[in-house]
Amino acid sequence: MEKIKVVHYINNFFAGIGGEEKADIPPEIRPGTVGPGMALQAALGDEYEVVATAICGDSYFGENLEKATDELIEMIRKYDPAVFVAGPAFNAGRYGVACGTIARAVEEKLGIPVVTGMYLENPGADMFKKDIHIILTGDSAADMRKSMPKLAALAKKMVKGEEILSPAEEGYIERGIRVNYFAEERGSARAVEMLLKKMAGEPFVTEYPMPKFDRVAPNPAVKDMKHAKVAVVTSGGIVPQGNPDRIESSSATKYGVYSVEGMERMSKDDFMTIHGGYDRAFVLENPNLVVPLDALRELEKAGEIGEVANYFITTTGTGTSIGNAKRFGESFSKKLLDDGISAVILTST
Amino acid sequence: MVHVCTVVPISLTIGANRIVPATGIPYPLGNPTLGEEGSYKVRMKLVKKALAALQTEVDGQTVFE
Repeated sequence: MEKIKVVHYINNFFAGIGGEEKADIPPEIRPGTVGPGMALQAALGDEYEVVATAICGDSYFGENLEKATDELIEMIRKYDPAVFVAGPAFNAGRYGVACGTIARAVEEKLGIPVVTGMYLENPGADMFKKDIHIILTGDSAADMRKSMPKLAALAKKMVKGEEILSPAEEGYIERGIRVNYFAEERGSARAVEMLLKKMAGEPFVTEYPMPKFDRVAPNPAVKDMKHAKVAVVTSGGIVPQGNPDRIESSSATKYGVYSVEGMERMSKDDFMTIHGGYDRAFVLENPNLVVPLDALRELEKAGEIGEVANYFITTTGTGTSIGNAKRFGESFSKKLLDDGISAVILTST
Repeated sequence: MVHVCTVVPISLTIGANRIVPATGIPYPLGNPTLGEEGSYKVRMKLVKKALAALQTEVDGQTVFE
């Protein structure tokens, strides 16, 4: 019987070509196994054959992402594999990014299942965990003996079309995907059981893990408020009448920047709120309740602050993903800095 | 940056460093139940408090009650 064909990807180091001084080697492919491919072949068993090993220097890959990916895809395509395995990269950052990039590209362009492996803190893990299955490994190649069988096991299940179980059962990094299933106990019973365990100080596993929030060091205080340019940013969904940019009333995917130039206050004739998460009656009547332009103008006239920015920045906070919120913040913070804003009042409803 | 918000525990969870508690969810800066003038006074007080928070050095998350 013909064996199931597997192509493996490794870097210059694991191919035995050399370390940092060989990190700039361009893509190549060799028939059969190279380096850790032996362990992969052993873990896959007789039914499978690692027909080729694709190799690329980590620096070359990082500096020529598209070119390296395209070249490797063509090399891999020639071997017509049924499944593709990259790495594992452990905690090697550039190698992890290379494994994730090539694995995702193989899945997309060749339409075959892919598996890779990384340490949780490998930057490639965060970049690719939503797209592909990444087996969680230790932080160095000392973990090869333990991690390669997990990569092989998952690759085999994928080829056979078997159901891929949870991250904990298969050993891959959480991808943020929810799967429906029938539990034996109903929710209330499970919750009480969890609470009892918590009270008894016993370990329990939450069914709804909270996202992890970044922490940032506080900025120094504003030294000279009388000359500071102050801007308002809000998650309260204040937009110009008619919502010209169609910002969503919940789970926002965008933010808006709107002028308040020459305005003494936020007029209800000019502005409204489209926020879907609170009773909007008061704010529709007086948008200054969320963007306090009237008070800021008075302080500006009194010389308490240097200047009010001639715009405010706005989105809807309700249901908005951390990922989107982070993206908004990273994008408009640049604008605020470019415009010389030195103080921001962020208001939330 | 100072975060003016009503639900302070959320602000603490997401990691804001300067926090000024607001009046209420549907009217964070002001209080329409006090009439327009009363509401404006509340708003001015909160904006001044926010500006004061911005001018205060903090070494971690701080709620300006």
